[in-house]
Amino acid sequence: MLRFLTRRLLAGLATLFVALFLMYLLVAAAIDPLKDLRESTAANKDQLIAARIELLDLDTSPVIRFFQWLGDVLQGDLGVAWKTGESVSSLIGHAIISTLQLVTAATFLSLLLGITVGIVSALRQYATFDYLIIFLSFLLYSLPSFWVAVMLKQWGAIGFNDFLRDPNLAWATIAVVGIVMGLLWSLAIGGSPRRRVQVFLIAAAATTGMLAYLQLSNWWLEPKIGPILLLVIGAAVAFAIVGVFAGLQNRRALWTALTVVAIGFVLYFPMQTVFKADAFGVDGEGTFWILVGLAVVTGVIGWVVGRLYGGPDWGVSAKVGVAVALVMGALIFVDKVMQVWPPYSKALGGRPIPTFGDRTPGLGGNYWVQVLDAFTHLILPTATLVLIAFAAYTRYSRSSMLEVMNQDYIRTARAKGLPERVVVVRHGFRNTLIPLATIVPIDVITLIGGAVITEAVFARPGMGQLFVHALDAAEQDTVMAYLLITASLAIIANIVADIIYAVIDPRIRLDA
Amino acid sequence: MSTSPDPQLSADHNERTENEIELKDVVGLSQGQIVRRRFFRHKGAMVGLGVLIAVVVLAFSSVGFGPVPGWWKYTGYETTLDVVNPGGAPTFTLPTWLGGEGFALGAHPFGQDELGRDLFARVMHGVQTSLMVMVIIGLVACGIGVLVGSLAGFFRGRLDTFLMRTTDLFITVPTIVIGAVIGKLAGQVSGVLFAVSLGIVLWTSLARLVRGEFLALREREFVDAARVAGASNRRIIFKHILPNAIGTIIVSTTLLMSSAILLETALSYLGFGIQPPTISLGQLIQMYQEAFSTRPWLFWWPGLFIVVIALTVNFIGDGLRDAFDPRQKRIPSERKMAKAREAAAKQQLAAQSEAGLA
Repeated sequence: MLRFLTRRLLAGLATLFVALFLMYLLVAAAIDPLKDLRESTAANKDQLIAARIELLDLDTSPVIRFFQWLGDVLQGDLGVAWKTGESVSSLIGHAIISTLQLVTAATFLSLLLGITVGIVSALRQYATFDYLIIFLSFLLYSLPSFWVAVMLKQWGAIGFNDFLRDPNLAWATIAVVGIVMGLLWSLAIGGSPRRRVQVFLIAAAATTGMLAYLQLSNWWLEPKIGPILLLVIGAAVAFAIVGVFAGLQNRRALWTALTVVAIGFVLYFPMQTVFKADAFGVDGEGTFWILVGLAVVTGVIGWVVGRLYGGPDWGVSAKVGVAVALVMGALIFVDKVMQVWPPYSKALGGRPIPTFGDRTPGLGGNYWVQVLDAFTHLILPTATLVLIAFAAYTRYSRSSMLEVMNQDYIRTARAKGLPERVVVVRHGFRNTLIPLATIVPIDVITLIGGAVITEAVFARPGMGQLFVHALDAAEQDTVMAYLLITASLAIIANIVADIIYAVIDPRIRLDA
Repeated sequence: MSTSPDPQLSADHNERTENEIELKDVVGLSQGQIVRRRFFRHKGAMVGLGVLIAVVVLAFSSVGFGPVPGWWKYTGYETTLDVVNPGGAPTFTLPTWLGGEGFALGAHPFGQDELGRDLFARVMHGVQTSLMVMVIIGLVACGIGVLVGSLAGFFRGRLDTFLMRTTDLFITVPTIVIGAVIGKLAGQVSGVLFAVSLGIVLWTSLARLVRGEFLALREREFVDAARVAGASNRRIIFKHILPNAIGTIIVSTTLLMSSAILLETALSYLGFGIQPPTISLGQLIQMYQEAFSTRPWLFWWPGLFIVVIALTVNFIGDGLRDAFDPRQKRIPSERKMAKAREAAAKQQLAAQSEAGLA
């Protein structure tokens, strides 16, 4: 393992070196820092040009400049963006966080959605739902992301903000949405005509009911979860998780999940006081680590509950406990963020969904306001990236699941009489994840590339935006810093992909 | 997931029915004929091909290309035209059965921009540029990719190492970033140069696939047989291996082209691609996005054409993949299978009764 890592790291460093060298030459050839001067009509034009050549050392060959730049980088100096005179490190610090937020959110969401939809689509191969999903992924694959982004800006943000002025959905709209959702669910689940009708009715009623509740409780203006809804959603999540990953007949797992929901419900009230603590106030410090600590504690509680229910396979109960506990924790967190929505919306003049930037300048407010602000700024760019990554992940997971479900061991599992749920989840789903695990880290690089466009449309001051501006302004050092960071990330991602592959697939041996 | 209602008619029987349907299609046909037949039967691909051809014909005949004049009355560069509708809104009207005032194109069916320029002509110029860039990227990347991939896969050794190291280089930087730098370098000069340079960058994934195919094929018996018969390396590569790898090559070139058009439009949108006065679809969107709330048509049409081109190319690629994949079985629908089973049972019954009568 160690030998493999060293070998890969050394090879990665060599690749990085060559890639950066080539890119340095390419960028040096592409940009023209003298363009504005050459076109200027100033009297001392020649002098200015000479001064700039002196400043940027343009008479030296790019090859030598590359090694000078590399030497500086190795000493921790990323250079200077010469137009503004700012140091590149300070420029890039904030940009990295902004882009990482975006890419993480997009990866997580698109994985969740893409894998679920892809697997359902594979299980219903050649059914109407499958064709629908294939067509949808084709369509999403062919959409130019900048075009989608501009449309989202218009309808998603401006449209939604207009809607918030008078948040009333027409009942006809609610009914149509209900019927569409009912149709989708009945197509996805399938079965006998009788079952399809049942599923349709339940899904349509649930969707319509939920929208009606949101409408009547004035939820659009004052979104909240609250203790009652927390209990309802928690119980639903508990049943869903147990139903998929343990089977409802596993009573110990079911009781674990429900107990964890109950604990979450009880803890909801003291947590409100905890969230008022200084660390969550204006300029609170160490908030992030407190939250990480809370998440760990939540997970441990779930695990302990599962362990206490015991039984021969307490491991399943413990895992279910952890999953449900984390969901409950997340719900309580989201609820707290939602509580600051009304004042936040008011502070922004009733138009809370922004179309540009990554934070509202001069907003102030405590930790929760900051989180909400970051979140509203993330919605649209994330949605754009998700739409496109979703198509890719659906395709991957669908074809991977189809491949797995045609294997002999699936036939064996069915033949020995395992319930379909166990066959799909334990034998099918788990093996489907193996090829995905190797694709995802590499795909993150594609998303970072996609972020270039998304950030340009939404004027999000991230890495991509920095790169575009720097390339436009002919600032070699900034462009190279961007390339250095993405290339390093790519190489790390590749090594991680190899390691994940070896960890989850015992047939692969790294040190062989 | 549906289980057969009668377990006696088990998978074996199903498979036989399936195979019969499949075999009936291909009996006595050459490989090329089978592929062509499968492709022409793929509905998505056929619709895609039809729409793409229509778009190409429309784009090249309407505004003309090079010295050849087109039938459309505007070039898209005139700024002295009268603005027909307020704000330059599209003049075409929907037919009455769609709630319009009767179908008519009018002087500017796609509308006009703030300078009064005819948008239809501009979009058609953009489609021409984007299609041209797409095809050039496809050809260049396919050419280099096949050459390097086949040489590396066939001879292995140092060339192979070089290829794999080069592909390693290309995965470290997102395509759009390399594209932006190249666009900055070549975009100002000419669209053709821009496309060729992008093609020079995008060949690596194709080369990797071709290399894989060659590595697998060169170990096959028919290659050994050819070598024993005294065939030269060149003959083996061109006559024996390449035809067997053609499916992979065509399919991945098509998919590469569909991503190439998105890349080109994205780069032009960012301002690193095709520069005015040459028009590209991405550039039109970038130019007009500010006008989305006041003149939405300026934004709609170029985007619509990008989507249509990318979508049709994707569908054609999908059809080609299905056509070339020998493992691909056209699975008939549940209903067709039931019908086939019924017919088979009836036939059997008839045969039995005939035998009984005799």
